[in-house]
Amino acid sequence: MITADQIREWLSEVTDPEIPVLTLEDLGVLRNIRQENGTWIVTITPTYSGCPAMKTMEDDIHRALTSHGLSNFSVETILSPSWTTDWMTEDGRKKLLEYGIAPPVKATASKKVLMGLADNISCPRCKSTNTHMLSQFGSTACKALYVCDDCKEPFDYFKCL
Amino acid sequence: MNKQEALLEYCLRLGDNSLIMGHRMSEWCGHGPILEQDIALINIALDHIGQARNWLTLAGEIEGKGRTEDDFAYKRDAHQFRNLLITEQPNGNWGDTIMRSFLFDTFNFYLHQVLQHSKHERIAAIAEKSLKEIQYHQKYSSEWVIRLGDGTEVSHQKMQNALDDLWMFTGEMFEADEVDQIMLAEGIGADLHQIKDVWTDHIREVLEEATLKMPELNWFQKGGKQGRHTEYMGYILAEMQFLPRAYPDAVW
Repeated sequence: MITADQIREWLSEVTDPEIPVLTLEDLGVLRNIRQENGTWIVTITPTYSGCPAMKTMEDDIHRALTSHGLSNFSVETILSPSWTTDWMTEDGRKKLLEYGIAPPVKATASKKVLMGLADNISCPRCKSTNTHMLSQFGSTACKALYVCDDCKEPFDYFKCL
Repeated sequence: MNKQEALLEYCLRLGDNSLIMGHRMSEWCGHGPILEQDIALINIALDHIGQARNWLTLAGEIEGKGRTEDDFAYKRDAHQFRNLLITEQPNGNWGDTIMRSFLFDTFNFYLHQVLQHSKHERIAAIAEKSLKEIQYHQKYSSEWVIRLGDGTEVSHQKMQNALDDLWMFTGEMFEADEVDQIMLAEGIGADLHQIKDVWTDHIREVLEEATLKMPELNWFQKGGKQGRHTEYMGYILAEMQFLPRAYPDAVW
């Protein structure tokens, strides 16, 4: 018998197309799995309003569940409560760091970050905190571009939202 | 005008502001003065377009005639768009674009700060989500106004020119018409008078730091919210709507 846990496990195959080490759950994009009148409803929430990866993720959810033989399901997108990087799991943050992207700082520090006062973003390579921001916007809307003043390597920082 | 009509107009205004602003900024793609700022502008443009999608989808539901976000974006003519005139002004040089963003982003920020508490659940939800992104936009454009205003003689002059040219389009942001009044009375829309005050304070603060002189013009252009647009709108739509109009049956 299909359970929500089973579906959750199947959905762990669905990753962010831009950052393939992160699953939907790691991102905090997967909000809920419930059953209503015999249909499984998978609820997701978009990261940034214009994030082009969301459609791909939705298609991938369809693909993943269909490949496991599930057909009575639908994917719903909700806007509220609005997605925040606080929902990113600890595991997700670790994976980001290993992948070479500096993970977002927590909410308590986020106002500082928003005001550009985050001087303690550590370099994913050499771990130095002697880094500075080059641009508020990096390779994608969700990332800012930083450079390490010690090892001189540039790196992406997953912005706090 | 009844509440439902006002609500539709209200959502179209929000959607069209985002859509046209997003489109204008996307015109910079590949033409930015330096790579990081080219990328910054198009990322901001993407935010705007994403927000437009949310607003125009809601508009379609409110209208109840089956129109989708794409129908609104690609099949309306200039006189049917409800964006503020400032959003359709040309990109000009980098300073013109930044100044346009600065004046609009500041308004957009304070507007969304109020709308996140709207009695209309969906409007509140879209506003709450958009606000976080708009906060980054406002920070970005404010910083650049300061950098360029308090920059070289050339950059300072260009920013002052931009400010002087765009100022006449700022009044429209705060002019409350019947739609705004109905929405405010319903607890759905924002009080534009209050927003004007905080907007003016922030603008003054940034301009001072940027060593720029706030224009003294007291006459303002208007009409965008009612569908009376500048000549630029035609050119914008000709480009933006070309593909779906030329190939109506095309699919991705």
